[in-house]
Amino acid sequence: MSRVLVGVKRVIDYAVKIRVKPDHSGVVTDGVKHSMNPFCEIAVEEAVKLKEKKFIKEVVAVSCGPTQVTETIRTALAMGCDRGIHVEVSGKDYEAMGPLQISKIFAALAKKEEASLVILGKQAIDDDCNQTGQMTAALLDWPQGTFASEVTIDGEKVKVVREIDGGLETIKISMPAVLTADLRLNTPRYATLPNIMKAKKKKIANMKPADLGVDEPPTRLAGVKVETVDDLVAKLKANGTI
Amino acid sequence: MKLVERMPRLQSCQAAHGLSDEQKEFQKMAFDFAAHEMSPHMAEWDEKEIFPVETMRKAAQLGFGGIYVQPEVGGSGLSRLDTSVIFEALSTGCVSTTAYISIHNMCNWMIDTFGNTEQREKFCPELCTMDKFASYCLTEPGSGSDAASLLTTAKLEGHHYILNGSKAFISGGGDTDVYIVMCRTGGKGPKGISCVVVEKDTPGLSFGKKEKKVGWNSQPTRAVILEDCHVPVTNRLGQEGQGFNIAMRGLNGGRINIASCSLGAAHACVQLARDHLLVRKQFGEALSNNQFLQFKLAEMATKLVASRLLLREAAVALQESRSDAVSLCSMAKLFVTDECFNICNQALQMHGGYGYLKDYAVQQFVRDIRVHQILEGTNEVMRMIIARSLLSESG
Repeated sequence: MSRVLVGVKRVIDYAVKIRVKPDHSGVVTDGVKHSMNPFCEIAVEEAVKLKEKKFIKEVVAVSCGPTQVTETIRTALAMGCDRGIHVEVSGKDYEAMGPLQISKIFAALAKKEEASLVILGKQAIDDDCNQTGQMTAALLDWPQGTFASEVTIDGEKVKVVREIDGGLETIKISMPAVLTADLRLNTPRYATLPNIMKAKKKKIANMKPADLGVDEPPTRLAGVKVETVDDLVAKLKANGTI
Repeated sequence: MKLVERMPRLQSCQAAHGLSDEQKEFQKMAFDFAAHEMSPHMAEWDEKEIFPVETMRKAAQLGFGGIYVQPEVGGSGLSRLDTSVIFEALSTGCVSTTAYISIHNMCNWMIDTFGNTEQREKFCPELCTMDKFASYCLTEPGSGSDAASLLTTAKLEGHHYILNGSKAFISGGGDTDVYIVMCRTGGKGPKGISCVVVEKDTPGLSFGKKEKKVGWNSQPTRAVILEDCHVPVTNRLGQEGQGFNIAMRGLNGGRINIASCSLGAAHACVQLARDHLLVRKQFGEALSNNQFLQFKLAEMATKLVASRLLLREAAVALQESRSDAVSLCSMAKLFVTDECFNICNQALQMHGGYGYLKDYAVQQFVRDIRVHQILEGTNEVMRMIIARSLLSESG
């Protein structure tokens, strides 16, 4: 059991009052405080704990986005990750990027790095998609333990207690696997001053999605507005969707 | 209770401007610690006069017990500027507790810098983890600003100094473990003063009653009484006669730290005032539409940024051992503690009647930083130091 990949996303800080841009094209992000997605912090903490318990040898923090995401990777390094990977995506491509592209990137990296586990936050607090973990597992054809509130390694298997609508569900899955962290999995540590300084010396590799064989996200096509439900049904039948 | 957990970022007053990436990480971590571990308890610690040992030890685990102490004895080995940034951030969570942590750091540094190998190895590691806490004992009932006239004597007898005298207003006194005591081993004036480390439970060491204060209530303040207190000669830091110099060198950094605490409080209060002005309505509109209040807020923010710049410059001068360091530290302490008190006081005024209630944090910031204009050298003494430097032959 050697390596864990942890995904960390740079999002607008949870305490910021969100404002919509005047042109309604999105929310204001310029000059706004950003931090690591809280569920990603929990994912990092779990990975670092597994390393401290000697179940794994190396934790690699991964983030996709423009240059600023390296701040988030540095925070992960200060919490105890060993090295980082920055998959560079900027500008319009970054705005168009969604869980499907991210999961393709993670799937490619998981294979390249020969990871035994990919640990992600269950969702990001900006888009609340709750899709990346599941899609990554599907692309890799790996088992998934999502909404994890407790993770225990048992030889080549992982016991995951999941928070589901009905309560708690316990599953046992084989590794390699994808886990997504829920709120009660752990309490993330503060980075210590010495660890923040050590993080400066840890490496962050830089690459593009193309280096991993992942395409650009497709251009979004404009939608069509219809007047009634009957029109909608007709259109869907016409283009073969139903 | 509206506290500073949800601090909107003020663009022009951002505390992170001009810092390195690493310093921004320290600052972010300190802000988080302050918001989650200190801010929710600030009022209770004040009201119940609780010395928050567990929280301070949590802070020590992150490296806050010996921020500018050398790593080989357990410290974090950071610069004075790094330290200032950290204390400024921590103060937004609780000024009184942060101020005590800064005094503890100052004492730790004094042993680290002036102690010999045995002393450093004996005391510093436990101070860095805050397994043990420290107090700085210079002031006496008869000597405050005129510190060099102190009367506590230390008579050499064989392998011990016998200490007699009393110290006043000692932060942490009675609850701490290691007391850095400035005492007279020689003749009159500063050259007759030495610095010794007195450990808790030494026979002859006792304490006065816990003082009732206007602020700084999360740290106990007591007189420290020495009656034929035997202290081993091996506990003396540096040479005989070097004590006053050690005390003053400690205070240069201490002044930066205390000013940093005032700065954090003022930063928090500017944000609290701003939030209040946006929300409170009178005469049919938000207070933020009132030009007088707009101008007042602008002045507060301007003085805040000016204070921060002077303070950080002084911190850099100190860490680079520049020739103007002592003067700059005094200027920074004078300017920052005065201006930041005014900022916090104005913020209280802007809250109207609510500002006077203990349910609102602004009054605690005002009460807690009021004393920063007095201790670690009164602001009057700061003027003396600056004037002396200006009027001296080399000034």
